[in-house]
Amino acid sequence: MLGIVRQKMLEQSLKKIPPAVSVLRSYSSAAKQMTIRDALNSALDEEMSADSKVFLMGEEVGEYQGAYKITKGLLDKYGPERVLDTPITEAGFTGVAVGAAYYGVKPVVEFMTFNFSMQAIDHIINSAAKTNYMSSGQISVPIVFRGPNGAAAGVGAQHSQCYAAWYASCPGLKVLAPYSSEDARGLLKAAIRDPDPVVFLENELLYGESFPVSDEVLDSSFCLPIGKAKIERKGKDVTIAAYSKMVGYALKAAETLEKDGIDAEVINLRSIRPLDRSMINASVRKTSRLVTVEEAFPQHGVGAEICASIVEESFAYLDAPVERIAGADVPMPYAANLERMAVPQVEDIVRAAKRTCYRSVS
Amino acid sequence: MAFYSKNPRNIINNLKSKVGLWSLMKQSHGTCSYSSCLNTIHLHRFLPLTTLPQFTNPDSISHKKGHFPHFQRFQSTTTEKQIDSVPNGEQSQVLDFPGGKVVFSPEMRFLSESPSVYSQCYRVLDDNGQLISHSNFVPVSEEVAVKMYSNMVTLQTLDTIFYEAQRQGRISFYVTSIGEEAINIASAAALTSDDIVFPQYREPGVLLWRGFTLQEFANQCFGNKADYGKGRQMPIHYGSNKLNYFTVASTIATQIPHAVGAAYSLKMDKKDACAVTYFGDGGTSEGDFHAAMNFAAVTESPVIFICRNNGWAISTPTSDQFRSDGIAVRGQAYGVRSIRVDGNDALAMYSAVHSARHMAVNEHRPILIEAVTYRVGHHSTSDDSTKYRPANEIEWWRMARDPVTRFRKWIEINGWWGSEAESQLRSSIRSQLLHAIQIAERAEKPPVNDLFTDVYDNIPSNLREQEKLLKETINRHPKDYPADVPI
Repeated sequence: MLGIVRQKMLEQSLKKIPPAVSVLRSYSSAAKQMTIRDALNSALDEEMSADSKVFLMGEEVGEYQGAYKITKGLLDKYGPERVLDTPITEAGFTGVAVGAAYYGVKPVVEFMTFNFSMQAIDHIINSAAKTNYMSSGQISVPIVFRGPNGAAAGVGAQHSQCYAAWYASCPGLKVLAPYSSEDARGLLKAAIRDPDPVVFLENELLYGESFPVSDEVLDSSFCLPIGKAKIERKGKDVTIAAYSKMVGYALKAAETLEKDGIDAEVINLRSIRPLDRSMINASVRKTSRLVTVEEAFPQHGVGAEICASIVEESFAYLDAPVERIAGADVPMPYAANLERMAVPQVEDIVRAAKRTCYRSVS
Repeated sequence: MAFYSKNPRNIINNLKSKVGLWSLMKQSHGTCSYSSCLNTIHLHRFLPLTTLPQFTNPDSISHKKGHFPHFQRFQSTTTEKQIDSVPNGEQSQVLDFPGGKVVFSPEMRFLSESPSVYSQCYRVLDDNGQLISHSNFVPVSEEVAVKMYSNMVTLQTLDTIFYEAQRQGRISFYVTSIGEEAINIASAAALTSDDIVFPQYREPGVLLWRGFTLQEFANQCFGNKADYGKGRQMPIHYGSNKLNYFTVASTIATQIPHAVGAAYSLKMDKKDACAVTYFGDGGTSEGDFHAAMNFAAVTESPVIFICRNNGWAISTPTSDQFRSDGIAVRGQAYGVRSIRVDGNDALAMYSAVHSARHMAVNEHRPILIEAVTYRVGHHSTSDDSTKYRPANEIEWWRMARDPVTRFRKWIEINGWWGSEAESQLRSSIRSQLLHAIQIAERAEKPPVNDLFTDVYDNIPSNLREQEKLLKETINRHPKDYPADVPI
């Protein structure tokens, strides 16, 4: 039965992306455009080419060219030893990959979605995250776990959960959440080169999105630092912190807010663990207001952690309570109208920003 | 499993009753012909050990030639798989299925859930340490045999003394390997130092063989400054990069797929080495065991799976753990070559592991070894096994089936050992151990900054901050912190 659902997911990824998510921006300079899919594919290709220890593992990554075509062409280029199609056992292949990482090679493990990583979570936490510490530095685990995370479109409860908060609570792991193609390339390369275990959370609906990329980004040595957020839009009235797809929503919200005279600063977190607390705090000290946005369940989430960090370090600077925008506290429903109600929309972010400015939201 | 019934001397009786079942099967199934029942026995393919070394099984499935790690890509029409011979010489039709050629039969035949005879167990020395006639084994030199024996004695003494130390409150926890010394030492002796070991927690003997000193064992158990684990783990969680022995983790069976991953990497690197992993009978119930076995077969990885079937998983006897005929039979279900060995026969263990290693490394295949033994000690110092098994059963296995004594008899028969050497060895080990414990106990504990390092490759700023804050707090309120912990 799982096979049927997975097939459906593959169909979804090939469907057109709903307009609410579209964030194509036009720049006057003739910057090259690149989809997230191509960004990830090129990053994997370049890292595999540069380091023969890097190899890929996962279901359908080889012959099928990847469930979402992220690993397209890599089997033909690098052969079946370095692009391994695995039997259906997340617990199995994650354990095997961790063992290979103990030995010293650098596996990049693909989960068809991070929902399936729950079947392997013991190996991710107990065998990967904690091992460098428990072995006192004798065993390092240079492994990357990647795959789509969070809600897609019409895939129901068991395929829509966001795992950023779960993994980010565990010391020993690094957790990254790219938004643009620049993020995807730079952060994936950084993750592969990092000697610590990294959880790399992609987003299925963003795979087909195009973003402008500079020549610097296209260079094979391009790399982004882990643990640094990015200010996507400078502002002075309210800070909106988001990750992954919600960054696009936040940017749209900022455009709407601008018409109402509210100048929002949008922060793309990029790194959930380590969280760039200093940048977020510096921004809030400038604006005095904060809205956090995530698609995930609200309790114990990324927004809660950011809120705590602000209260601990910048309490005196706040002019309004922190607003947390998150997904509804229910398992994701399937029907399109219900699904729409269960995830944040641009209007929710706009209203939250207005509330922090004590403006009427009607 | 009849071997571990309450009265071990009734093994023969139990066996008889199982054999009776077979004839019952014949009678009860009207359509079950004699030959069809025979076929269920043919499920067990034995590698004939008539001439050693013989490492290729003519019956095995081989669709790969040479040592290059080819992978069979999807080629549904061509398959070179061999199958069981067509039963009864029937003119049956054949289906060319993606997995291979499937022979049809109009007879409805269920594969039996248990074999009519237990899979045989390889043994070379009898209970009195005498070589069984017509036995095949890999010979060991006097030097190696004596080293094996000394290590077995050392392991036994180490266990006894550390167990006592825990009972005296000097260490918090301990796990003994009493009764499994032959598995520990003989398997270690048959491997090379390049082979990577992924232990469960009842295999300190492998580390001992490779050169971990008594002092190093003591340091880890006392969690002092010299502990390679920097005091972060409970006792018996040894590990040594240098000796290719991966740090013991408390999680059961997670090391099994790790070993497969390492083996796959060894193959990619074309190294003359294999991965070896140990686990108990209980560990084979974990999902990780099944996934790892399957994976190892599919990826053709050079890994040796050694199951210490010691009859007990804490208080769970094997009859409550699984209903298969032990572990070795499962190998075929995954396409893994396997053997059942008398785990208390050091010579048989040595031979089996030696041959397994040769096959794993040269043929790039996994091997499963089921070492049948008995857990003489309690599960750990947190357990009192007399609560769930009879004390006389434990005593019988401790005395009559002690693997150390059995091997000693063999080396004495060969003229390589005597009672002088015995008493000298035992007293020397004992005094070395007591000395090591004294030193370990008095040594300083690890410093506070070892709390924060190694979470990541480089210490992150938030942990550096926390460390600073902690040190300041300790300095400000020294009364609230133990005086003997260095900063």
